[in-house]
Amino acid sequence: MSQILDEDQRIIEFDVRTDEMLVNMGPQHPSTHGVLRLVLRTDGEIVSEMEPHIGYLHRCAEKIGENLTARQWIPYTDRMDYLAAMNMNLGWALTVEKLLRYQVSEKARHLRVLITELNRIASHLVGMGAYGLDLGTFSPFLYAFREREKLLDLFEEVCGARLTYSYITVGGMTADLPPGWLQRCEAFLDQFEPVIREYHTLLTTNAIFVKRTANIGVLSPEMAIDYGCTGPVLRGSGVDIDLRRDGESIYTAMYDGYAFEVAVMKNGHYPRDHEYPAVPRDAVLGDCWHRFFVRMLEVVQSMDLVRQSIDRYSQCKGPLGEPLKLAEKLPAGDAYLETECPKGQMGFYLVSDGTSIPWRVRARSSAFSNLAVSPELCRGCLIADVPAVIGSLDVVMGEIDR
Amino acid sequence: MRGTDFVSELEAAVEGAVIGRELETLDPWLAISPDKLLETCRWLKESCEVRFDGLQCITAIDWLETDPKKASKVEWEPHTELVYHLWSTKARASLVLKVKLPRWKDDQQGQLPEVSSVESVWRGADWHEREVFDLSGIRFLGHPDLRRILCPEDWDGYPLRKDYEMPLEYHGMRGR
Repeated sequence: MSQILDEDQRIIEFDVRTDEMLVNMGPQHPSTHGVLRLVLRTDGEIVSEMEPHIGYLHRCAEKIGENLTARQWIPYTDRMDYLAAMNMNLGWALTVEKLLRYQVSEKARHLRVLITELNRIASHLVGMGAYGLDLGTFSPFLYAFREREKLLDLFEEVCGARLTYSYITVGGMTADLPPGWLQRCEAFLDQFEPVIREYHTLLTTNAIFVKRTANIGVLSPEMAIDYGCTGPVLRGSGVDIDLRRDGESIYTAMYDGYAFEVAVMKNGHYPRDHEYPAVPRDAVLGDCWHRFFVRMLEVVQSMDLVRQSIDRYSQCKGPLGEPLKLAEKLPAGDAYLETECPKGQMGFYLVSDGTSIPWRVRARSSAFSNLAVSPELCRGCLIADVPAVIGSLDVVMGEIDR
Repeated sequence: MRGTDFVSELEAAVEGAVIGRELETLDPWLAISPDKLLETCRWLKESCEVRFDGLQCITAIDWLETDPKKASKVEWEPHTELVYHLWSTKARASLVLKVKLPRWKDDQQGQLPEVSSVESVWRGADWHEREVFDLSGIRFLGHPDLRRILCPEDWDGYPLRKDYEMPLEYHGMRGR
């Protein structure tokens, strides 16, 4: 603590000694993305230590999973990352399919890509809008939710729910797309594409936004890997890993034949597949701005993937295939699989004793590991930067607490 | 991670660490002796050719059949199994470590089983070990700050154990 005081010019300049104080942020602080409580040890405006307290949304979904069949647990995965429930469904469905050594039909594969990439856009829109809110600007939130609303309408048509879909299930999908849906989805993409430029004007290149995020909360790639950070947080630090390309074959097979470039800075450049603003001069790799920017790039990347999957899906002639029985018997053994969810690598672990009800289920939450690094990022920063750091990690408490 | 070369290297580096293996299954795994766990993990991260620099997940599985009718038929003795999922960001390879522990230390009810913490190897293990301690009741020796993380600090029992009974009342709130 005294070291920070001695080194910090702002304190020496004014020569004001302040007392150490514990400040409680949350559990209902609006800038904490759910019920997260942060305890800050502060000295004036400087945070010397930050400790997150989690568990306010804990329901022990893993225990519930020991009393249900594998397919019956799908709705519980919805409620983990409720902003990207399709991706959660997919993660669990693929884990069970891995244990069963089951392969879904070609048509279901393309439909899965289509629907999860759309959900990735919706999740990143919330991440972006709420991040603006954290930093004190309200308009981007409304812009983001306006577009997300249209996406939720599309999801509602498909499965009847706007947030907790349970659409992807073990062995396939619960239903096929309704007639005319693909046209409406394409119409959305055409309308959405120019809107992204507005987001860049509102946030990415906004001078105040850049001042608040560039060179704040810098996360080195070594520390990111050491803490098990994944997803946009890891790629924002310049580590070139995306499970859609580097994951296990059962997952990467879903993306076979799809063309996409991982959104990560290589040789000082981001992949050039879309017009996007230049990186601001103050921004350093691994800071809040880069984590935010990777998400913005992934929105464009997902749009492209959705377009590709629409083509492939409509060319598939065969049937979609029926999902497996509700009480499908599982072979004895265990299977672990990680998938690339919008928040990071979400892992599911399934241990079976040979009956239809799993002996043990485990959810490895990406946001859990991403949040674990936040005390390191907040050490020595200003109080006002704490929401900037937490927001840039894009955490969802439902997934952390499970 | 397939191939026996790497396992024999591990056996030479950390003697008596590998006590079982299954390399031809969905997720290849090695069974590690509990007292060699820390040494093994350090070797896998720092000296092994494929550097396992990421610890993705720690899971505790409680092997206890509570139904007396079924309990006579199962082939295993009651025990706790710790499963570590490791990952190498460079080689994109994964490895599973399994560690077998008793359900209670010295078979005395209420005494938590102990195993060394790997927090000094991967700092991400900090929260994962706290979660396993919280929900499954395993004490990690050498962990800097082992306390409950998801449940309240005054919570009783370990919910993910098979013989756990949900409390009927908590601070005046009815459970059922």
